[in-house]
Amino acid sequence: MTVETPTRYSPLSAWQDALARLPTGVQVRELPFLTQLNLRLQPGSAAAQAVEAALGLTLPGPLRAGMSGDVKLLWMGPDEWLLVAPEGRQHDLVAQLRSAIGDEFATVTDVSAQRTTLALSGHLVREVLAQGCAIDLDPRVTPVGSCLTTVLAQAPITLVVRGDAASSVWLLVRSSFASYLATWLVDACTEYRGGTG
Amino acid sequence: MQLIACPWCGEREETEFRYGGQAHVAYPDDPYALDDEQWAQYVFFRDNPKGPFAERWVHSAGCRRWFNALRDTVTHEFLRVYVISAQHPLTTSTAPAAQQRKGQEAI
Repeated sequence: MTVETPTRYSPLSAWQDALARLPTGVQVRELPFLTQLNLRLQPGSAAAQAVEAALGLTLPGPLRAGMSGDVKLLWMGPDEWLLVAPEGRQHDLVAQLRSAIGDEFATVTDVSAQRTTLALSGHLVREVLAQGCAIDLDPRVTPVGSCLTTVLAQAPITLVVRGDAASSVWLLVRSSFASYLATWLVDACTEYRGGTG
Repeated sequence: MQLIACPWCGEREETEFRYGGQAHVAYPDDPYALDDEQWAQYVFFRDNPKGPFAERWVHSAGCRRWFNALRDTVTHEFLRVYVISAQHPLTTSTAPAAQQRKGQEAI
């Protein structure tokens, strides 16, 4: 009897080719295995100050994300943030944050497997997203650094605006919804094939 | 589609929200002191006004937070949204209204 070693695979590993064939106006790339930590704490509390000091970052306010450094912070709710960092950082960061928080009231939970991240870029991104998402991606409404948890084609997503007028966005999607969303994206891009895209 | 203004996220489509029934229904101070009829009143009986109605809503597809809203049940217009800890916007205290309702039902 052999025991199979569990191999890690990303939710969209089967979709790499299909996503690579999309029109140039919509470049879609999966960023698999990113470190994701869920932070629950009261803004302005001692725990929040400890976390900010430990990371050297400010917890972003409502509907905003701090995307400048390696460690990114996404606002998810009035007392909830998602910390996103490069692959393999979860153990260090959890230990660092928990020791910084000490006995203060906060939770740090590793949710790296919960979502996968899609990086979309190109001049058609806004148009494609508009087919399934009611959020106004006009830069006057959602400037760079906006972070919105909403639905795209009925699938729950967190959308982070990274480029002006949504020329570059991150979509964080639950692993179980990822292949559905990839299907939808490929379908939504069909009409731009072979054109100016 | 109707837009609902979440106190945290701003205006979003109504499909992002779930309804939570009447707001400001306080849990009985001493549940063991209630007889079956009083308990049934607390569990099952709700106001059904024609006009402004204070309701609980949750932004389930967004920030996932509960909030209260004053909605006109005739026009579906949201007159006001407010955080869950705030008092009923039409009455300064909910206790007298609840007492009054109980009294009417006894008659």
